[in-house]
Amino acid sequence: MKKNWWKILCVVLLTYTLIGGLLFPVPRVLILNETIRNLYFHVGMWFCMMTLYTISVVQAVKYLNKTNLNHDIKSRHYAAVGTLFGILGYATGAIWMSFTWADPNNPAVASFGALAKEPKLIGAAIALLIYFAYFVLRGSIADIDKRARISAVYNIFAFAFLFPSIWIIPRLMESLHPGGEGNPALNYKDVDPRMRMVLYPAWIGWILLGVWITSLKIRLGILKENKLSHS
Amino acid sequence: MIRKILLLTTTLLLIILSAFSQEPSRQVDMADTLRSNGKIYVVVAVLITIFAGIIFYLVRLDRKITKLERADRDETGRY
Repeated sequence: MKKNWWKILCVVLLTYTLIGGLLFPVPRVLILNETIRNLYFHVGMWFCMMTLYTISVVQAVKYLNKTNLNHDIKSRHYAAVGTLFGILGYATGAIWMSFTWADPNNPAVASFGALAKEPKLIGAAIALLIYFAYFVLRGSIADIDKRARISAVYNIFAFAFLFPSIWIIPRLMESLHPGGEGNPALNYKDVDPRMRMVLYPAWIGWILLGVWITSLKIRLGILKENKLSHS
Repeated sequence: MIRKILLLTTTLLLIILSAFSQEPSRQVDMADTLRSNGKIYVVVAVLITIFAGIIFYLVRLDRKITKLERADRDETGRY
């Protein structure tokens, strides 16, 4: 029997997040109001994305070391689910932003011009586009070994580019996004202790959910690979 | 007379009570009505239902893939 305890942990943590995230007390902050609870969900998406991309690049390096195609399958699926969580993070951020950053005297559409200049938004969009290009690159190479090798190298480049585009450049520029002066939400001085009770379990839960979904895709991918090589 | 005093004290008590209940909500608007009449639990229930559905689906997928893996192992005789 496979070890499934972490899947149960994932379900327990996320159920706790959903209940606690909506019902537990949070600090009353102007402008943010009740949307402060988005911290449990929106930031969780990015944490999950970052974790999955990190595993993906580790698998890419492993493939380059050992040229075992299983590592390539893993690297590919971790990047795919990471991108899914990245898109979710972006979409949730867009919703949140349009209610908190937008000028309350104008409709959200009118302040779009100012919001679209947000360095954090542009950086995240660039990072996601680079990962989209990774899948285009994979799809365009027919030879399995060549595809695995080239996309592993590209994966390392894409991961390296994550750092300037979402971690460094947005902090060098003026931004409405919180956390420009340090690690947003990680810095325990600016997160209310009541929120940390839910925040950390939420992150672990989301990361585990991402890994779970990816593990299913990897197992299917390996099965497909076996079928192809035996028929 | 007694009735008047009673009426006065109850009104005063009610005012104090209402002052207490408004105390936490200074200037910042929060979803206090949603919470006080309990409707927030409806939202939680809906979210939990959706989440349970997704998890159920994931578990089913997990089981199916395990079955496929077992069949594949028996067929090819590897591992």
